[in-house]
Amino acid sequence: MSEEFPGYRGNALKFLKNAGAEIGDVIRVTKDGENWEGILIPRSEIGDENHIILKLKSGYNVGVRIDSTAQVEKVGAGVKPTFTPPPLPKQKTSLPKVAIVSTGGTIASRVDYRTGGVRPALSASDLYSVVPELADIAVVDTEILFSVFSENITSKHWIETAKTVAKHIGNGVAGVVVAHGTDTLGYSAAALSFALQDLPVPVIMVASQRSADRPSSDAATNLVGAVKAAANAPFAEVVVAMHETTSDTSIVFHRGTKVRKCHTSRRDTFKSINSSPLARMEDDTISLLIKNYRKRDSARKLKLKPTFEKKVALVKFHPDLNPEIIDCYVEKGYRGIILEGTGLGHVGNYCLSAIQRAIEKDVIVGMTSQCIWGRLNMNVYDQGRDLLAVGVVSLDDMLPETAFVKLRWVLGQTTKTEEAKRLLTKNVANELSPRTLNE
Amino acid sequence: MSSKYSKIGLKAGLEIHQQLDTKEKLFCSCEPKLFKEEPEFTFLRRLRPTQSELGQIDSAALFEFQKETKILYEANNDTVCLVEMDEEPPHDLNREAVEISFISSLMMKAKPVDEIHVMRKTVIDGSNTTGFQRTCVVALNGEIDIKGKKVAIQQVSLEEDAARKTGKDGQLLHYRIDRLGIPLIEVTTAPVIYSPEEAKETAFAIGRILRATRRVRRGLGTIRQDVNVSIRDGALIEIKGVQELELVSQVIENEVQRQLSLLEIRDELKKRGVKEADIIADFVDVTSIFKQTKCKVIAKAIKQNKPVLAVRLPGFAELLKKELATGMRLGAELAGMARFWGRVGGIFHTDEMPAYGVTDEELNHLGKLLKKDSLDAVVFVADTLENATDALKAVVERAKVALKGVPEETRSANPDGSTKYMRPRPGAARMYPETDVPPIQVTNEYINALGNRLPELPEQLMKRLMEEYKLNQKLAKQILNSEHLDLFESLAKKTEVSSTVIAVAFTETLKALKRDGIKIEAITDEQFREMFRLIGSGKTAKESIPEILTWLADNEDATVEDALESLGLSMLSRKELEELVDEVIKKNSEFIEQRGKGAFGQLMGIIMKKARGRVKAEVVNEILKKRLK
Repeated sequence: MSEEFPGYRGNALKFLKNAGAEIGDVIRVTKDGENWEGILIPRSEIGDENHIILKLKSGYNVGVRIDSTAQVEKVGAGVKPTFTPPPLPKQKTSLPKVAIVSTGGTIASRVDYRTGGVRPALSASDLYSVVPELADIAVVDTEILFSVFSENITSKHWIETAKTVAKHIGNGVAGVVVAHGTDTLGYSAAALSFALQDLPVPVIMVASQRSADRPSSDAATNLVGAVKAAANAPFAEVVVAMHETTSDTSIVFHRGTKVRKCHTSRRDTFKSINSSPLARMEDDTISLLIKNYRKRDSARKLKLKPTFEKKVALVKFHPDLNPEIIDCYVEKGYRGIILEGTGLGHVGNYCLSAIQRAIEKDVIVGMTSQCIWGRLNMNVYDQGRDLLAVGVVSLDDMLPETAFVKLRWVLGQTTKTEEAKRLLTKNVANELSPRTLNE
Repeated sequence: MSSKYSKIGLKAGLEIHQQLDTKEKLFCSCEPKLFKEEPEFTFLRRLRPTQSELGQIDSAALFEFQKETKILYEANNDTVCLVEMDEEPPHDLNREAVEISFISSLMMKAKPVDEIHVMRKTVIDGSNTTGFQRTCVVALNGEIDIKGKKVAIQQVSLEEDAARKTGKDGQLLHYRIDRLGIPLIEVTTAPVIYSPEEAKETAFAIGRILRATRRVRRGLGTIRQDVNVSIRDGALIEIKGVQELELVSQVIENEVQRQLSLLEIRDELKKRGVKEADIIADFVDVTSIFKQTKCKVIAKAIKQNKPVLAVRLPGFAELLKKELATGMRLGAELAGMARFWGRVGGIFHTDEMPAYGVTDEELNHLGKLLKKDSLDAVVFVADTLENATDALKAVVERAKVALKGVPEETRSANPDGSTKYMRPRPGAARMYPETDVPPIQVTNEYINALGNRLPELPEQLMKRLMEEYKLNQKLAKQILNSEHLDLFESLAKKTEVSSTVIAVAFTETLKALKRDGIKIEAITDEQFREMFRLIGSGKTAKESIPEILTWLADNEDATVEDALESLGLSMLSRKELEELVDEVIKKNSEFIEQRGKGAFGQLMGIIMKKARGRVKAEVVNEILKKRLK
């Protein structure tokens, strides 16, 4: 692999070096009596070492195989495309102030036109220049916090994000928008819901399933919805703003503790689980779908509690789960385990003694359900009652991912087991709801 | 003929698009077919122009977007999955389609690429849910022989077909996405075609080669041609969507004529001393003139509180109504621009007046208000202030270009061979890699294997049609150009009917029916098969073919038996025929007595006429002879 020739190695690289050609140069490959002429394009990392990619005059790319008979020559120097983003729109100072904090992900990525790869390179201000409508909604202050695809987000990033959001709120913004990848957005939304207590203004997390360089991207619609909500929504909670359906007509706001990515690729991948979304925006109007919510009140004092215990595990039960895995966590000094049990909250009885050993060592074991929808009830069957008897904490209708984040947060707030259990089962950020409606 | 075109420097190139007959679509496993029923579900999207790699945004695209154009996509679960909805990344490139396009390429002596790279070509008119069309080059630098001349094939590519437009409702476009993703091969010739006739020959030759693979789809809309035309001092015009091969030459002739006429208008305007600075975007509100108008369009607009705006085009009198080429006038060109940029239904201009209920009195008023000279024309439009303003701005811009000659633009072909303004020519090609689809390496072994078992070339096929099926040259050529070639061969082998009868049915008969406006595309292969089976077994006569086909075209899902019954075309039984003969003899007994055996010919004629093709002449002959003894 070579830095000047991204993706090229072996035979192809040797030919290119000998020809003195650089990426972007016009080169000609001659073999079998045929000429191939075009601009030299970088090769994707998974490509083999025997092809050179040329962009033909027509704009099409083709791969040309380099064999022993091939001749490669440079015919012209490359013209490097200069990229000038459009100027930032004028700020209308009378509008509410909104901060956009970018952490990365598809919504903050754009295609590299030379390699075709999608890169997390779009700065928050790029977002703004690409979606000029934002200038009519709010005075936007942008900050690139990281450029991380969401699978690489860790609790370190949660903490940084929470602190940055708090900083902007401290500066008196009307709301904060956090751009984030979709894959682990549910976890981060839960983390911010616990870390940012007594919010005075809304924190809107936003993402997209199609990158912003595509004309059909959902990024702009989601972002516009997010900024409108940050500027004007009546609620002051952590929510996720995404497409409600496959159409570009409405955006819904899901509570950060009740939301889950439910589809690998659809625009409406996020669903509120065991809850209605908090609000919907359609035709520029936000309507609330839940009566009880924390109202916006800029006078309220934010409490920042950005501490998360690292040694907590999320274990999905499955047939033949080896109970030694639980022992292993205990030996490694883990302080909490969230089980994703079956049905109403069960695991195989062959796991019971390992769970008991863990609890005896002061490890908090919480139960959730892998059914995704519905509430636990561990009193219905013997298996459930046995688990309760050894001290497993039933987490009611809490999502497994939210329970995992919450236990980490709880253990970050207290070292006392009983206090931690109390906090774990107490509703902090709408992660628990007493009623399940027929929705 | 060609010297006329060489004098004016005609250069034309063709892009032939042909749907491939694959089991699945190009990037997913949906069956490539269309649906006629109401859509099972719809969804609404907007397409946002994105910056090109040069950091620019296409101005026409941006305009569409700013005008809040929305697209309602229609779909059903039979023909569409999440891939067409842009809700799931594309699957791997369909290998069957790749194979067919390589076979076609090799038949045109084009050189396959070593590695296929799928690209995204930006298209944001709504016809692609993604906002781009996926396309890839499979081969380059081929050639075909057109009457001894080598016509270069620049490129053969494989691409996904677009969604089909099903309507427009204000700013809401309707597209049906069943067609989206059907594999298309695109064959692009170099601009080396120098006459309309040569273009038509080339189009037919490419069509024959593609059909010779026996793996392309047929029927209305499965083959479409784009034509590029330029003449000296004119402009390069791209004409999209010529639906039929026969129309190619006519479209080019019309385009050449249109460009020549625009050059004449340019010269006339010069002669009249019109300068660009004279054409001013000074729009006058003339609503008050039309308060009592009898013109329905204007009256309706005024009732909705929409103004009537007018602009003066100095020196344009009589030029707007001048016919540029068959069915095309400068006025229509202005209207096309006004529709595109101003979203109006149309425009009015003084060259076509008085008409549409607009009176001389109103026109006098209009002329006075606009300070119209006798050599001037006035264009007026009734719509919202914004739309009317945009429309007249576009009219003024187009009028200015008339001073320079022919503007470069993309036009669309009408079924009658005329064309209309479609959109500005797209800017620098905006093509970037489709990173969701990995490149495909093409080995020499694979290409050699395909090369060793190429299908019969059209010239070989032609020879075989004449030898094997005893077709004369003209009929063989017609069958070769017909999309029913495969069906013809299978029927000629399987049924008792003579090959020539089948060939005539598929060529001359269908052509004649089509000319009469019969919807022949509604007739299915199964119906053709049944018809020839019934003719072969003597259930009906070959003379009934036109009648049966006409009936089938109007009665979808019916059988040929139904047709025979409904039309009374079943063969007469021997008994029925004997009765008919007896009846005729009885009625003509006097005549028979007079003429004796000499009456035979005439009687034969009467019986055949009464039987309307439902008998075989030999049998009538036999019975009649017996009876007359």
